[in-house]
Amino acid sequence: MNDRRARVLALIERQPASPDADAGLASYLHRLCAAAVGALTASGAGLSVMVEDGVHGLTAASGPDVAHLEDLQFVLGEGPGMDAFAARRPVLIPDLDHGVCCRWPAYVPAAYDSGVRAAFAFPLQIGAGRLGVLEIFRARPGSLTTDELGQALTFAEVALATLLGGQNLPASAGTGLDEAMDSRAELFQAQGMVMVQIGGTAAEALSRMRAHAYAEDRPLADVAADLTGRRLRFERDCP
Amino acid sequence: MTTVSAERLAQVFVEVADTLVAEFDLIDFLHMLAGRTASLVHAPAVGLLVADQRGQLEFLAASNENAQLLELFQVQHQEGPCLDAFRSAAPVINADLAKAGPRWPNFAPRAAQAGFRSVHAFPLRLRRDVIGALNVFGDQTGQSLQPDDVQIVQALADVATIALLQERAIRRGEVLAGQLQGALNSRIVIEQAKGAIAQVHGVNVDQAFIMMRGYARRTNRRLSDVAHSVVTDPTGIPELANP
Repeated sequence: MNDRRARVLALIERQPASPDADAGLASYLHRLCAAAVGALTASGAGLSVMVEDGVHGLTAASGPDVAHLEDLQFVLGEGPGMDAFAARRPVLIPDLDHGVCCRWPAYVPAAYDSGVRAAFAFPLQIGAGRLGVLEIFRARPGSLTTDELGQALTFAEVALATLLGGQNLPASAGTGLDEAMDSRAELFQAQGMVMVQIGGTAAEALSRMRAHAYAEDRPLADVAADLTGRRLRFERDCP
Repeated sequence: MTTVSAERLAQVFVEVADTLVAEFDLIDFLHMLAGRTASLVHAPAVGLLVADQRGQLEFLAASNENAQLLELFQVQHQEGPCLDAFRSAAPVINADLAKAGPRWPNFAPRAAQAGFRSVHAFPLRLRRDVIGALNVFGDQTGQSLQPDDVQIVQALADVATIALLQERAIRRGEVLAGQLQGALNSRIVIEQAKGAIAQVHGVNVDQAFIMMRGYARRTNRRLSDVAHSVVTDPTGIPELANP
């Protein structure tokens, strides 16, 4: 596991769990948002789980103002987070005063009113598998430095790993990418094969591969090699 | 002397400099750069690696793709001419793979086994910024890049880097950062799509890539878009999605 990741995980662990939240995914994501706020000197951070057609489910936020802003984005049907999810790349707005009012004519005034001057949205994705978006807000305009950008992307990676693993695997287990560094292409190719084999999404395919690796106590990279070498295949789950 | 015609060279430079298009796609751009470089200096393979936000080199595009070649690019995440060029901001020229074992114990034997004899790496650099490396392979014993060809390739790399970074100068990095993350993700989609096509058609992933690339060219669509359709909405491309 690389240093950046280890540091982000440590920052999250240090966040106190909210007393009125039950343990589990929502609580962890809330702590992730709180940690991101501290690390990036942000005024707020929000995370929304989304599905392909833009419908969103769970939202975690560092505070009620941000939670409200996240909800508003989906009610209005526009905003940097939705654009980042749709475009499959980060949407970085260092200054809400410059050139974005026409892009999101309803969202920008609302964000501005709630004190937001900069917004940075990072899609949570692994290739074609898209799970949601992480947004960082600031009360002052300004770009993220290169280092801050790296940190924000690492928070997004941890959020993605958490969503991919659900509550069954610890976030420190990663997405399997760290382990499979030398054979990344093969890992994703195998993922594509499994998607067709099980008739499922990219996230479901990766889950099956990781579960198999865990159950067989084998590295994920080896499972991927077996799949692309056609020594292993998965079947659709019986209904 | 170089074998490249001045007219052809001028054409390529204009192509490489023109990133200011509305629908700029980083992967397509790098594919174009790799392909043009390979044909200009008659290299069997050219690849491009770009640094991600951690400063790690990630493969993004090549003049041609097969599993063995991909592995050679991926191995350079840890060691190899591209990593050297990236870190030192200086080109690696005419490295003889047969003798490069001590220098690159993981990379050199694999590259030799793939049939290559020499390797070169050019930093994608502008003043103090190095954003990646351009990798050129040679396959003939004794073949090396002539000094004129070396200059041409470095100039191409420089122009491409200027073109990529000028957006950053104007908009303080947001555009390039977004493009890079998008491209890194598109690369993953391309690999996922190779697997999906391989599974549906019962071919290997290299053949799957050829099918996908052929389809993209015939329909004049971006490789990344076709790959994305294959994996998310296969009904849109029955030719690839159905056996």
